[in-house]
Amino acid sequence: MTKLKVDVLDRRQFVIASGAGAAAIIAGFSSAAHATPETAAELIKKLTNSAKIAEGKIKIDLPEIAENGNTVPVKVSVESPMTADNYVKTVHLVSEGNPGPEICSFHFTPMSGNANAATRLRLARTQNVVGIAEMSDGTVYMSKTQVKVTIGGCGG
Amino acid sequence: MIDRRDFIHASLATLALSGGTLSGYRSAIAGQKITQEEILKFDAKGQVTLIHVGDIHSQAKPIYFREPSVNIGVGDALGLPPHITGKAMLKKFGIKAGSPEAYALSSEDFGQLAKTYGKMGGLDRVATLVKAIRAERPNHCLLLDSGDTWQGSWASLQTRGEDMVKIMATMKPDAITGHWEFTYGAERVKELIDMLDFPFLAGNVISNEWEEPVFEATKMYERNGVKIAVVGQAFPYTPVANPRWMFPDWSFGIRDSLVQEHVNKARADGADLVVLLSHNGFDVDRKLATKVKGIDVILTGHTHDAIPVTINVGGTLLVASGCSGKFVSRLDLDIKGKKIAGFNYKLMPVFSDVIEKDADTAKVIAETRAPYESHLNEVLGTTKNSLYRRGNMSGTFDDLICNALIEKKDAEISLSPGFRWGPSLIPGQEITNDDLYSQTATTYASVYKLDFTGKQIKEILEDVGDNLFNPDPYFQQGGDMVRVGGLSFDMDARKTIGKRITNMRLTRNGKDLDMGKTYSVAGWSSVNKETGTGGQPVWDVVRDYIKEKKVIDLKPTGDIRLSNG
Repeated sequence: MTKLKVDVLDRRQFVIASGAGAAAIIAGFSSAAHATPETAAELIKKLTNSAKIAEGKIKIDLPEIAENGNTVPVKVSVESPMTADNYVKTVHLVSEGNPGPEICSFHFTPMSGNANAATRLRLARTQNVVGIAEMSDGTVYMSKTQVKVTIGGCGG
Repeated sequence: MIDRRDFIHASLATLALSGGTLSGYRSAIAGQKITQEEILKFDAKGQVTLIHVGDIHSQAKPIYFREPSVNIGVGDALGLPPHITGKAMLKKFGIKAGSPEAYALSSEDFGQLAKTYGKMGGLDRVATLVKAIRAERPNHCLLLDSGDTWQGSWASLQTRGEDMVKIMATMKPDAITGHWEFTYGAERVKELIDMLDFPFLAGNVISNEWEEPVFEATKMYERNGVKIAVVGQAFPYTPVANPRWMFPDWSFGIRDSLVQEHVNKARADGADLVVLLSHNGFDVDRKLATKVKGIDVILTGHTHDAIPVTINVGGTLLVASGCSGKFVSRLDLDIKGKKIAGFNYKLMPVFSDVIEKDADTAKVIAETRAPYESHLNEVLGTTKNSLYRRGNMSGTFDDLICNALIEKKDAEISLSPGFRWGPSLIPGQEITNDDLYSQTATTYASVYKLDFTGKQIKEILEDVGDNLFNPDPYFQQGGDMVRVGGLSFDMDARKTIGKRITNMRLTRNGKDLDMGKTYSVAGWSSVNKETGTGGQPVWDVVRDYIKEKKVIDLKPTGDIRLSNG
């Protein structure tokens, strides 16, 4: 029998412990400050100079349930021509549930050929990841994708 | 003395679990005998016959298996099969209470009907049905296994899956996909796959580092002039529901768009018929069928549902063939112009007492069990009532495990995983080591004891509850609800995470669970390497407990009060 102490303070960590007939418990039974949909919205406002934002055009490919919240693969793509007078300038990813809302920004030029990017995210808990696409004509598009970060471990 | 087979012959209604439509049931003629011939009887159709099994969980010998009485559908699955149980299920499919169909497909009168109709399954019987169908339809058949076949018994655990690979080889399957297979670890899975004469298909598994395919996705077959593509889909949440450390380089997931790519490629390669051999679980496949275009048939697995008809979702036929070797599905397809022009389906119940044993398969079963036979047959005690696991919230065999953990580990609360596998025992039956392993034989069965606050316990239960009752099946992660000993609570499946569970009380004194207080919790099957392995295996704890008690007298506790509207 293994006996482990669980007194984790921060949800960012995965805690070594077990329960639920299972499981690495995703830590954090704490109420430490986190990004919220509101703080994410504030950041988006700042990033886009309070532009009017329409839904669509940007596609975020994330797993429904993260296998490992510490490294979650993400692909983002924007449907758009990439010509000198019409292209995707910037794509931002924003968190609604990490300790801070900032994740990353990708910058494109017409020379990029397409507005696709892939990276890995660290996600502290179940949350929406927001994608923002700023176009060369000043229009801005957005979409949200939910990722679940779970204790898991009750394997069917 | 009348033996059971004669008794069944003499007294029971026919077993026309035929389908596609419900007329198969309604046309069942009372007074006919249950015979192997009657079980196999089928109105052959078209060029292709798919034979489907899955979720066998290493049950090589005949077993009893009580279907769930509680199987709640949420979201779009509310009130749809397989989320109809008991009397409502019988009514929905026009099945007479007390009939062989009622015994095979529902939980109604389980203990009593088990004594009338006997055990079900046994892979030597399954082999007899498979070979008979093949003999009737030479060059028409594919035998497809949707996985969870190599785990669930002591012999499988000791041979790390090899016994089942040998037993199934006698039936010459055409493909398999996987889930619990992965819990033997990546290296062992590859070794076992090397032993197969057929492909292990898992198009949704990619390497973590480079996101490259790990297994074959698709296999093309030709039967009777029809090109058939079988695409494999392993259990998408294997690394979440089971120990990820056992296959650290592999990433799973539903991956709709990747499934679509495999289907498109199969069509481009000339497939007339596209079959998804799936371990997604029924509700996930029901949703996937609306999102991925061009799949003709999904052979479902994982959620262990036995549905006596095919379910048509936007032109895709879903087949659910139960578990533990209890059923064999036959689906005949008439393909015209790369479309299903007609079909016939039958969920064949494997009544062990009336189906002949296939000699080749029986021999391999005997050989693989031989080293463990005397240990497996050791009697530990007797159960007064039915012991079963299946059901969303609780099962009496899990209550037995939870009680053993509390008593033997001196804990206040116990937790046991909500696995769907594990057969049932009937009132008066002896409990053997074999039965004990059928509920516990995993590669991470160590017992742990931990201190949790009330708040942590609540968060665990809410998290697992959301993995079961999230209205979007793509967010449902694994098995049934974690089993809890020492604690009672109200569960409202319709609420959202954090709000489903209320009125948590300790059963020993009726006191409210104090969110700030620390409780000792015993459990097993942690997906964490240090906690889940290397310690005392749970079967030792439960064995000691049963031997001490001698007679197990458990009825459903009512400790979990379910409100599901």
